[in-house]
Amino acid sequence: MKTPRVVFHLAAFAICVLAPFVGSTSINLYSAFNFEIPFSDNIDAQILFIARIPRVIAGALVGAALATSGVVLQALLRNPLATPFTLGVSAGGSLGAILVIVLGFSVSSPFVPTVALASFIGSLTAVSIVYYLARFRGNRLSTNVLLLAGVTLNSLFSATIMFVQYMADYTQSFYSIRWLMGNLDVSGYTPIISALPLLLVAFAVFCYLPRALNVLTLGADSASARGVNVLATQRLAFFSASLATGAAVAIGGPIGFIGIIIPHAVRMFVGADHRVVLPISASLGAAFLVICDIGARTILSPVELPVGVITAMFGGPFFLWILVRNQQN
Amino acid sequence: MDTCPKPTKLKHYLIIIGAVCLLSVTTVLPASGEIPRRIVSVVPAVTQILLAIGAGPQITGVSSFDDSQEVASLPKVGALLNPDIEKIFSLSPDLVVLYKNQIEEHTQLKRARIKTFLYHHGTLPDIPKTVRTIGKHIGKEFEAEQVAVGIETELRKLKEQTTGLAKPKTLLVFGREPNSIRNVYASGGVGFLHDILEVAGATNVFADIPREATRPSSETILAVAPEIIIELRSKHATENNINSDNNAWKTFSSLPAVKSEKIYVLTGNDLVVPGPNVAHVAKQIAELIHPEAF
Repeated sequence: MKTPRVVFHLAAFAICVLAPFVGSTSINLYSAFNFEIPFSDNIDAQILFIARIPRVIAGALVGAALATSGVVLQALLRNPLATPFTLGVSAGGSLGAILVIVLGFSVSSPFVPTVALASFIGSLTAVSIVYYLARFRGNRLSTNVLLLAGVTLNSLFSATIMFVQYMADYTQSFYSIRWLMGNLDVSGYTPIISALPLLLVAFAVFCYLPRALNVLTLGADSASARGVNVLATQRLAFFSASLATGAAVAIGGPIGFIGIIIPHAVRMFVGADHRVVLPISASLGAAFLVICDIGARTILSPVELPVGVITAMFGGPFFLWILVRNQQN
Repeated sequence: MDTCPKPTKLKHYLIIIGAVCLLSVTTVLPASGEIPRRIVSVVPAVTQILLAIGAGPQITGVSSFDDSQEVASLPKVGALLNPDIEKIFSLSPDLVVLYKNQIEEHTQLKRARIKTFLYHHGTLPDIPKTVRTIGKHIGKEFEAEQVAVGIETELRKLKEQTTGLAKPKTLLVFGREPNSIRNVYASGGVGFLHDILEVAGATNVFADIPREATRPSSETILAVAPEIIIELRSKHATENNINSDNNAWKTFSSLPAVKSEKIYVLTGNDLVVPGPNVAHVAKQIAELIHPEAF
């Protein structure tokens, strides 16, 4: 029996709503919601509203962004192995962040955290280079060039990251390695608010894309023959997925696995229609990352595990189980 | 009268002179053999110890992170992650100070028959011990003993000054993201920074965590509610940066340290170096925690 689509969305919503009530410390919910106690004296309220809720929102947004970017890029590149990190966006973002960490730059802005800003600038640089290389190919983007340029840029940025880490002192090296493992502890709403406009633009484009992506997966010529403006669709898909990835990396660092396992897991359950795959990937991506982050903050509490380690360690075997189960069926 | 000593007497004199010479050599020479004349140190803490015990002229190469004036003009030979073994060889050292886990470099130097001193990062009482061991290795036992006793005396004095005083819950931070309370690195319950907090009369909020460094989440920081927050920064931090950075703590307004404005920043490149300056650092921290005792 097919699982109704709404069940996925409801389950994901329930996970995100309940997640703030789980944590490494026990809080008194009565006093957390007792608004007669001044906020500056209410530790329970501060833990709930400053530490946990922003963290769950960040996890949901980053998870949804990475999962949907994975879906869009796999359709755009017509490659099931494509991930949000294939086109070098994540490596560009990571390089930007690590340069700021190692060189110790700081921008005194109350609206955008310095590392997040640097990460987003790094992502934009990577996107611009890849797009510049792939754009002059008749009336469409060359997916081969996109893919190859992205993979090359990924390697180039990764090598530069290693060089910067190698030249940095121990503390900075360790600090930057830790940043690369992902972290959703945003300590407030500033990182979320600063990335939200970018994510909203990307999600709005994702709402418009599914039909065009369905046709695009048949090949650019077939899509063109069916009246799809291939170049415009490719551009929208490329820039929106890159925007979502850049914003997600700026919030939580390069958290791997979500962009590849969630789209494929969703396709195994609901088929390949992007009108269904995209929204369910958003919900499941959000729920999956929020669950992984609960693990990150509670398994070894009070020591925190990097969320990227959890997504890979638990996500990988879980995905293999789905794969085997699907083949048996 | 015959003024010349008899051959048997001469033999006795020669034996006595020989014995005196031998005795004086054994008191100068280190236990390991010859006194090293060309020392290369990859470990900043040991470089500082060498300078403190008067072995500065014997140093011929230092790590990339040694920035004290005395060694500024010396060749840099890399550090823990990137030691330049070729450069080390080119300096013809007779003693190379390495970290204990630099196994590959140790093997290469051993093959070239160059002596090594393997440094192990330890606790606060290990620092004077390391000073004495190094002194023994380079024939500066007396000077090393003086420095080690100096550190021990200062720490003991500090401990006496803070004994009996209230022990405020203190968070010792040595790294975080600029302008936000993300990716905070703090002292855990092991290592010389934790020991410094104890000597300075504080209770480390992460004393239960059996690690030198811990990365607490914002939830954990709120839950442990430190009464004092001390941040250790490098000299590169400017006053503007420090002020805008400190404002970031205001997000956690329920923390007693934020309410009472007991958030302090210490700047200096040797704050996290377990070297001869450690007692001075401990004193600076104690003065912040217990201003009434000084």
